[in-house]
Amino acid sequence: MRKYTPKDSRQKKSYYTDRFWVAPRVPREDVGEDGHFADVVKTLKKYISEGYVELGQLVLHIKPKDNLAVLELLRDKCGYAMCSELSAVDYLAQSGEFEIFYQMLNLDLAKRARVVCRIKQNESIESIVPLFKMANFAEREMFDMFGIYVNNHPYLKRIIMPDDWSGHPLLKTYPLQGDEAASWYEVDKIFGKENRDVIGPENRDPAKVDRYDTQRFSRVGYEVPFGADISEGEEPNEIEYSKTAFVNYQKKSKQLKKKR
Amino acid sequence: MAQHKVNYTSSAGLPVALTSVDKLVNWGRSNSLWPLTYGLACCAIEMMASGAARFDFDRFGTIFRASPRQSDVMILSGTLSKKHAEFTRRLYDQMTEPKWVISMGSCANTGGMFNTYATVQGVDRIVPVDIYLPGCAPRPETLQYALMMLQKKIRRESANMNKNVKQRFI
Repeated sequence: MRKYTPKDSRQKKSYYTDRFWVAPRVPREDVGEDGHFADVVKTLKKYISEGYVELGQLVLHIKPKDNLAVLELLRDKCGYAMCSELSAVDYLAQSGEFEIFYQMLNLDLAKRARVVCRIKQNESIESIVPLFKMANFAEREMFDMFGIYVNNHPYLKRIIMPDDWSGHPLLKTYPLQGDEAASWYEVDKIFGKENRDVIGPENRDPAKVDRYDTQRFSRVGYEVPFGADISEGEEPNEIEYSKTAFVNYQKKSKQLKKKR
Repeated sequence: MAQHKVNYTSSAGLPVALTSVDKLVNWGRSNSLWPLTYGLACCAIEMMASGAARFDFDRFGTIFRASPRQSDVMILSGTLSKKHAEFTRRLYDQMTEPKWVISMGSCANTGGMFNTYATVQGVDRIVPVDIYLPGCAPRPETLQYALMMLQKKIRRESANMNKNVKQRFI
């Protein structure tokens, strides 16, 4: 879970957020008595814990152990011949669960249905590769991005991230700019861990300019050897900002200097 | 034959042109820069346009080669993902000396807008870069300008490879 951060400095933030804003929810409609969706629900009655229509799509909540049976019935009895997408959603912070969804398409009637089930963090789910070949890559992606193990998958291996990657990037707890292993990944791989100091940490500040840097800034017209020291004994001359009505930048840059 | 007539008022009256080995060798090197056919992302589209008829890289003697062993320049055109970094370095290592690198576009320079876990934050973490070309994506004219700047740079270098050995780790 993401670390708790105290919310008492809210007033210092320059932007306004409405405390009472509630994320809009898509209205859920009843499946109804007759029609195609009602037939589907009737066919799958014994597996479904909850069924409703959302934006014209049927949503069916099932138990994770029934996924193979439900999808087979959907394919063979209800005409949902295509599984167009399969993945998971991270609800670990809310309920300690992943929501796994299977997006099904009926090509004859142009109808879509979503089969949804929830598993706990350490549980695994049965592979649907015997029913849908597309699930092979999609389940590998689910494993790669969320770390959800899929039972009886023919080749469960990372598909997007490199094989020796650590962590599962689509988890809500995964930091956007990468963890320790991610930030040194290419350096470790190419030059080895012992050369981390030589390469240095990643620069995540896009506005950083260092005029003494002769490694990243090649000087055309007045050239210096790569990596040569051109400071000529000069002290690092940081950019000094003036004092404004709100913030004393001089103080800030002095603090920065002290840190170094 | 007028074209072979010796002009006694120039070149000390001799039918020769004097130059240095450096200049001669660098003239050759800079005017036949062969880049690697290697596109990473959308900047590669601009790179292709630069190579094609309208902008015509061939005018500079720049012909894309499909093998790193025949190439002099590596144009890193686009976002370099961390997964791919290893292969980029391998291709760079396979190129024969002398070799140069143009980092094309914001993503290759600094990671650009991809301030994420999966993108290399500047290809200079992987390979030494000679020319940084800003833009997102740079127009073909800009790439041509970068190439001309690289030519200028090469013409200033020593022909002796040992003198050019860059004191660098990567």
